Amino acid sequence: MDLLKDKKQFLRNMSVPLLFIVIISVGIPLSKYTGVYLLREGLTRLVRNSFLVISLLIPVMAGMGINFAITLGAMAGQIGIIFSQDWGLTGVGGLFVAMALATPIAILLGAFAGHVLNKARGREMITSMILSFLISGFYQFFMLFFCGGVIKFHDPNLILSRGYGVISTVTLKAGRAFDDFIKFELWPGTGIYVPVFTIFLIFLACLFTVWFRKTKLGHDMSSVGQDQRVSNDAGMAVDHIRVQSIVISTVMACYGQIIYLQNIGTMNTTYGADQVSLFAAAALLVGGASVSRASLPNVFIGVLLFHMMFIVMPVAGKTLTGNAMIGEYFRSFISYGVVALALIMHSWARNRDLADSRKQMRKDNDDKSKELKAKVNA
Amino acid sequence: MSKNNCERPGMGERFKRWINDFGWARIIIALFLLFLYLIAGFFKVSRIATLNDMIARFAMNGILVLSMVPMIQSGTGLNFGVPIGIVGGLLAEAITMEYYLTGAAGFFTACLLGVFFGGIFGWFYSLLLNRVKGDEMMIATYVGFSFIYFFQMMWVGLPFHNPASVQGYKGSGLRVTISLAKYWKHILDDFLHISIPMGLDYFGNEESIEIPVGTILFTLFFCLLVWIFFRSKTGTAMTAVGSNPDYAKAAGININRMRTYSVVMSSALAAIGIIVYAQSFGYAQYYTAPNGFTFPTVAAILLGGASITKANMLNVLLGAFLFQGVISLTPSVINSAIQLDISEVIRMIVTNGLIVYALTRKRGKK
Repeated sequence: MDLLKDKKQFLRNMSVPLLFIVIISVGIPLSKYTGVYLLREGLTRLVRNSFLVISLLIPVMAGMGINFAITLGAMAGQIGIIFSQDWGLTGVGGLFVAMALATPIAILLGAFAGHVLNKARGREMITSMILSFLISGFYQFFMLFFCGGVIKFHDPNLILSRGYGVISTVTLKAGRAFDDFIKFELWPGTGIYVPVFTIFLIFLACLFTVWFRKTKLGHDMSSVGQDQRVSNDAGMAVDHIRVQSIVISTVMACYGQIIYLQNIGTMNTTYGADQVSLFAAAALLVGGASVSRASLPNVFIGVLLFHMMFIVMPVAGKTLTGNAMIGEYFRSFISYGVVALALIMHSWARNRDLADSRKQMRKDNDDKSKELKAKVNA
Repeated sequence: MSKNNCERPGMGERFKRWINDFGWARIIIALFLLFLYLIAGFFKVSRIATLNDMIARFAMNGILVLSMVPMIQSGTGLNFGVPIGIVGGLLAEAITMEYYLTGAAGFFTACLLGVFFGGIFGWFYSLLLNRVKGDEMMIATYVGFSFIYFFQMMWVGLPFHNPASVQGYKGSGLRVTISLAKYWKHILDDFLHISIPMGLDYFGNEESIEIPVGTILFTLFFCLLVWIFFRSKTGTAMTAVGSNPDYAKAAGININRMRTYSVVMSSALAAIGIIVYAQSFGYAQYYTAPNGFTFPTVAAILLGGASITKANMLNVLLGAFLFQGVISLTPSVINSAIQLDISEVIRMIVTNGLIVYALTRKRGKK
């Protein structure tokens, strides 16, 4: 019986990844991409995006759902990168300075987000999303009006011709620094390079997440995630623990964005951080995670499947319908739709469980009253 | 005696209570708006033109803001899924243009079709929302986004043939923006339009206050309809579901049915709202255009004083006016004053700041 339930549970968890496997296996032959190309692209996307997606795990553990406010961390990362480049720093050193500079900003923003989310209990996800739009407004104000004006820049190439504001597309001098630091070609001639150092950084993030679950704070966090009231009665500082989870997530997202940007090599200053949380959330949910349960395998399966769909779909859509735009629209539809679907399935299951437990309670009560009646009659 | 004192608080206390009822956010924004309006003259921003802009935008957006009310009242939350109704309205617009329906006939056909499509989409949407109680807002946001992108494929694929609507070089797929000039542009705006000459502006051009009375009357008419509805038996039941679901259930009200009614109403109103917006704006906008309406519409009703579970007609009218005022007046004055184009930034901060403020307020909590 238990085994059957586990099997059912497993199938339910895996239904979104399975759906994606079907979509991709239809799409790949239609797109006519070669295996080498897909392997190279898949590896690139995995290296580029995994760190950002890992940053979503800890708030899920703390019961705060998907933290759409990782965008705040991404903005901190972008600020770090701009200043590091302005000081003339390049290469791996430049990226580490960017990280060091961005960390305090990310901590501050994360603490702020955590406190806001504590005031919006039960609505954390929507609040974190709108909060990220709000902070994006302040971020744009900082980038477009503060930089170059109030804050003097050394590198005139970074500033718009009007005299203030950072240019909208920055080519990073530290581009691919982590990727090219230590790398080797998988098979000679294929052009598939394995960026060992970036993979090592992602491995560190995984290690941190696994280790963190075993610490005292990690244990406290997952019990807060399971039941806030019980944890509070047990003497845990629930609010504080929740803020900590968001701070860790924001700082990790900040590093994740720096890794992402160095891989791409250019940065969209104004809007670059806006879509981060959407794609990270979609990837995590495609990997079979839910709002209350997410693990490292979900991250890697999700990034691979989601981005494979992203690569294959425009071309497959064109072959199928003769219209390039249809594939483009379809992939936007899927990115939003999959988040919607995963949220719906989770909420639906929760509502059903609630209804079941109510029914069970009513039945128990009925049984008790029947017993009582029987006793009285006897 | 002491009891009497309790019931009749002093002047200061009454004032404080009134301020609390009215809400600090609204007072600050209203004062800010008044301040900007007064200093506008110093920076050679025409007060008349600004006022016209505010009135026109208020009239354009009124019904969209109104469409928030039924769902808030039934406890289904802020309708972040407003694109679902809007897409219904856009579909109706495309159909009237396809059959070359012009003038009042075209506009009212569009409204009827909009109610039809908005209602149908809303009904399916409500089936979904009834199964995800407690998570409506987050899911609505993403369902709204998905729906917009799903309909992008439809705008390309549906068989529209009117050469003015479809993309010229392919002959298929709707254009991103279609001019309504030949159909029913300004059909309400020009009805009973009032124009008051006000002399010359700072640059020597003739100025006049323009009031689109037709659009405002149309908006007020729908406000009245909704107001009357919430005084009917069904309307009261809907409010009961929103304010106290347990009580409503005990009173024998079918909660899911009330929620369904409210979602269908909200979506149908949103469809009419976008059609009224389009007749005023002069263009039907397709593809990603509906994205731009969700958060401003939600922010407007919140600025009007609505909470996540309570909204009334005053909230709608005040909210639409104040919000559109801030959006139109702030950029024009600040841009002239400090020569910075920060309109987009201000729009983002005001819109999302208001929503975050409402989501974090204790009172809105169940």
